[in-house]
Amino acid sequence: MSATTSSARGIPGASKDLNVARALGRRRHLTNTIVKVACIAATVLGMVLLASILLSLIWRGAAGISLTVFTHNTKPPGSGGGLLNAIVGTLIQTVIGTAVGTPIGLMVGTYLAEYGRGSPLANTVRFVSDILLSAPSILIGLFVYEIAVEPFGGFSGIAGCIALAIIVIPIVVRTTEDMLSLITPALREAAIGLGAPKYKVIVQICYRSAMDGIVTGVLLAVARIAGETAPLLFTSLGNLNWSISLGQPMASLPVTIYQYAGSAFEDWVQLAWVGALLITFGVLAINIAARLLLRRGK
Amino acid sequence: MQQAVALSGSPATRRSSPGDAIFAGIARASGILVLLLLGSLILSLFIGGLPAFRQFGASFLWSTTWDPVKEVFGAGVSVYGTVMTSILAMVLAVPLAFGIAFYLTELAPNWLRRPVGTAVELLAAVPSIIYGMWGFFVIVPIMSQYVEPVLIDTFDGIPVLEDMFAGPPFGTGIFTAALVLTVMVVPFIAATMRDVFETVPPVFKESAYGVGCTTWEVMRSIVIPYTRVSVVGGIMLGFGRALGETMAVTFVIGNSDHINASLFSSGNTIASIVALEFPESGTGSLKLASLLALGFILFVISFIVLAISRTLLRPKLKV
Repeated sequence: MSATTSSARGIPGASKDLNVARALGRRRHLTNTIVKVACIAATVLGMVLLASILLSLIWRGAAGISLTVFTHNTKPPGSGGGLLNAIVGTLIQTVIGTAVGTPIGLMVGTYLAEYGRGSPLANTVRFVSDILLSAPSILIGLFVYEIAVEPFGGFSGIAGCIALAIIVIPIVVRTTEDMLSLITPALREAAIGLGAPKYKVIVQICYRSAMDGIVTGVLLAVARIAGETAPLLFTSLGNLNWSISLGQPMASLPVTIYQYAGSAFEDWVQLAWVGALLITFGVLAINIAARLLLRRGK
Repeated sequence: MQQAVALSGSPATRRSSPGDAIFAGIARASGILVLLLLGSLILSLFIGGLPAFRQFGASFLWSTTWDPVKEVFGAGVSVYGTVMTSILAMVLAVPLAFGIAFYLTELAPNWLRRPVGTAVELLAAVPSIIYGMWGFFVIVPIMSQYVEPVLIDTFDGIPVLEDMFAGPPFGTGIFTAALVLTVMVVPFIAATMRDVFETVPPVFKESAYGVGCTTWEVMRSIVIPYTRVSVVGGIMLGFGRALGETMAVTFVIGNSDHINASLFSSGNTIASIVALEFPESGTGSLKLASLLALGFILFVISFIVLAISRTLLRPKLKV
């Protein structure tokens, strides 16, 4: 089949006997064709699955989109509620989570790329940040429940924000470090040569030239936390009423989808599909924007 | 690069600016904060789960009893469900992901590479709750009406397979959960594999093509041997995701406290039981402690898997 097996069988024989050589060649090309077809089939299957997810969202979600969804709060089944409080809750928690997590992630990334290169502490931080990046998000929910819900006697929007911020940090760390490492030394050397202190070089030269990449990281982080459900279940809990107080349980789209999709009420399931449609296309739009930004930078 | 590091790292010139010391201090402190974050995460899960470990001892790990009424808890069923669904998902996902990665790096015409690659990455960005809903409303009916009855009939009478594919075709259960997990992790593994395959120096591949190798032979004899270690790392990364996935599994696994030989039977995973039973466990109860103990076990398992993945991937790729 491969080059090695044909040579092991003895090239003299094969080259003398044209029939054997032809049969071998046919077999090799047949195997090649079979694998190619299988790979194309796998890719087509992947595309079909993506299409199936998007189409079922549009199919079932679009039917329920109306102004009520955006102007009314969640209500008991049968009374024509909307998703206003859930949408607002998701916006609030995503914005605060990003606002808290981004500066920390940015500083950690800066430390890894600019200060700690190769030091044992930096290597440990990088390792731990990578673990946090892929750690099950439900565990982050449990952790925040232990430190920010139980001691303070209740579920709260602020606990949800903390959980989301913890998810943002490693994403921003990763992109920041990568982008800072890509900057050409000449830029830094030029700034240092002018007598700029290191922090000014980092803030005014490195951050600026890595801006597109860093913003991409932040956008990806926003897209990730906007759709997170598991870490919010035990922290901001969800709220069927209008509430923008961070001290109270706060509604969010993913948690509302989770509660509604599993219910037995027709109109709640319909609203869950609408919510799913909104969150998916929101998340995908942010993702595409992030990619375009990065491409422009390149 | 060398020069820049040497210049900026020289302590004699740097200490003169107070802004520098402050900025460096903040950066360093943020790094240490990340360490503290992971440390306190482990610690809080362990301390929270301590009452359960004390009460049931080491047998908590494998006991298959989960009885909220008598307050007897064990991790056996959930650990089985977690490992079973994830391994099954990997068995299905790895060939699929490999096919996509192979297509993207070697077979696809140039104009298709970017759109298909982006589509795969978008599939990875879809929130997990959407996979859960999609699984519940789209996959479960297909499974219960078409796939499961056919499989049950096909394997009827064959010794081991008969027991694996048995029971009423509800559509939910371990097998469906594994399928939804497969769809979730394929894009992760495929994207990683593609990035890894692209690190193979073109000269290697060109020389193989030059001596007359077919595309598959180049893949098998050049690309795979060159990237073997990182490919395994990418697979472990997907495995780590599958182990801790919550929402996608919770919707379709059926939640049951028993282990059944049939893959079509309901079960639960650590993540799904925590999500489902947490609201029903009061503060300070033994049940809550048991759920936190389960969280600790999940953390340990995924930490090991992710650490291996990272160690294997780092040399080739920044993942």
